[in-house]
Amino acid sequence: MEEIIKEVVIDEQEEYTINMGPQHPSTHGVLRLVVSLKGEIVKNIEPHIGYIHRGIEKMCESITYPQIIHLTDRMDYLSAAINNEAVCLAVEKALEVEIPDRIKIIRTIISELTRIQSHQLFWASYGMDMGGQTCFFYGLRDREKVLDIFEETTGGRMIVSYNCPGGLMYDIHPNFQKRVKEFIKYFRGVLWEYDAILSGNVIFRERTIGIGRLKLEDAISYGITGPSGRASGFSCDIRKQEPYSAYDRVKFNEVLYTEGDTYHRYLARIEEMRESMNIIDQLIDNIPEGPYFVKMKPVIKLPEGEYFQRVETARGELDVFIKSDGNKNPYRVKFRSPNFVNLGVLNHISKDFKIADLIAIAGSLDFVIPDIDR
Amino acid sequence: MDKTQLGEFVKSVNPDAAIVEGKQYPEVTVADTELHSLAKKLRESEDTWFDFLVCITGVDYGDVFGVIYHLRSSKHGHMIVLKTKTSERAKPVLNSVCDIWNTAEFHEREVYDLLGVKFNHHPDLRRLFLDSSWGFPLRKDYVDDINIVSK
Repeated sequence: MEEIIKEVVIDEQEEYTINMGPQHPSTHGVLRLVVSLKGEIVKNIEPHIGYIHRGIEKMCESITYPQIIHLTDRMDYLSAAINNEAVCLAVEKALEVEIPDRIKIIRTIISELTRIQSHQLFWASYGMDMGGQTCFFYGLRDREKVLDIFEETTGGRMIVSYNCPGGLMYDIHPNFQKRVKEFIKYFRGVLWEYDAILSGNVIFRERTIGIGRLKLEDAISYGITGPSGRASGFSCDIRKQEPYSAYDRVKFNEVLYTEGDTYHRYLARIEEMRESMNIIDQLIDNIPEGPYFVKMKPVIKLPEGEYFQRVETARGELDVFIKSDGNKNPYRVKFRSPNFVNLGVLNHISKDFKIADLIAIAGSLDFVIPDIDR
Repeated sequence: MDKTQLGEFVKSVNPDAAIVEGKQYPEVTVADTELHSLAKKLRESEDTWFDFLVCITGVDYGDVFGVIYHLRSSKHGHMIVLKTKTSERAKPVLNSVCDIWNTAEFHEREVYDLLGVKFNHHPDLRRLFLDSSWGFPLRKDYVDDINIVSK
């Protein structure tokens, strides 16, 4: 019988391209990467984005300021409350509204809870990307507790829309303080498990330490902010640089490393959860009595001018730029989203690593695709 | 450097620049041809050291397009806003700052995609979110009868 199967010869020197996404499970959304490979070594990555581009900036031009709040939730849906806060702070700054302490402190607590649940989901899904199914269950187990607190107070679990220009949509639930304290006590008790399962795992450490190293000057030049930038030693925490809400009255450390590899980008997020809990500890017993909103005019019109507000989301620096011509609709709204900028560095740090490392590197940058596309 | 010192520095580099001490950050308006040289000077001078390009915003002013650069220094912690305008609306062109800050590559592609402002010397200027058959949606004269409800 004639031999049907012939030997297939692959030229090792030849570069070829494969398509990763837009439905690849490790991209956690519709991100498409066109990867050029030589053997299994990554030579070039070209991100193709825009699969869920909704034109949020254009939509903002035809709606009012309180309506914009609800669109910001849909950008980085894991930092929803912080995105709301960015627009609220910009509007309040433009109108020169004095915000009472009660609102400032509640906003800060909600923001830090948002940061914790975002990093919990990062840990859960990152563990799963790296082959540890247990992480996903442990991470979501703890995240549910935060989402339950959100649901009780804000009515929403992920898309909270809790902040509005001039204050908060609703007052906190009577159980809020008690449940937050219970959660902090519980989560302090289980956070060691995160380190035990993943941070100290030999396979995980082998796959992440020294992979995708980003130098400090490159981190600054590529504008990498958030935990990813701080893992390279770039001090970029807006909560320290330009304190907003109640961040000027709490003590916390900016988590900084110098290694800048995949492992330290991961570790920065674990440490940030500890810092967030410290912030909540300092504030949760000190919520003063008072109203939960400042009475604003029924139609909010910003005075003519340009307003810029920076906030620190769970993934980095979110900036809101509003140009107003005095009408109830903004003339131009720009969101500088952290994920969009962080995506720009992926090609630079993944070059000359294996394609399996690309999953680890892209996961450690913690992309949320709706925030890239807007 | 505080706002006044930054203003004096910009004045010494480019005497034609218009400087406003804004509420938050000093705002500098320069001609489109002089933007790149001023940006390079601000990036490289030890006293200013603007090494972090925070964001690039494109604005449709009606007759021309404007592009706004927010810069920050990681060493000194000060910020500055650079503003420029294209010389015409029909063929808006500016000089790219990709050679100064790597992050500008993505920002400028976004401005090109949504506003149609082209950047000279950009290494890879293509549409980013949208297909090439789309118009430029952030322009004020953009018409879309299906998706935009006009009052």
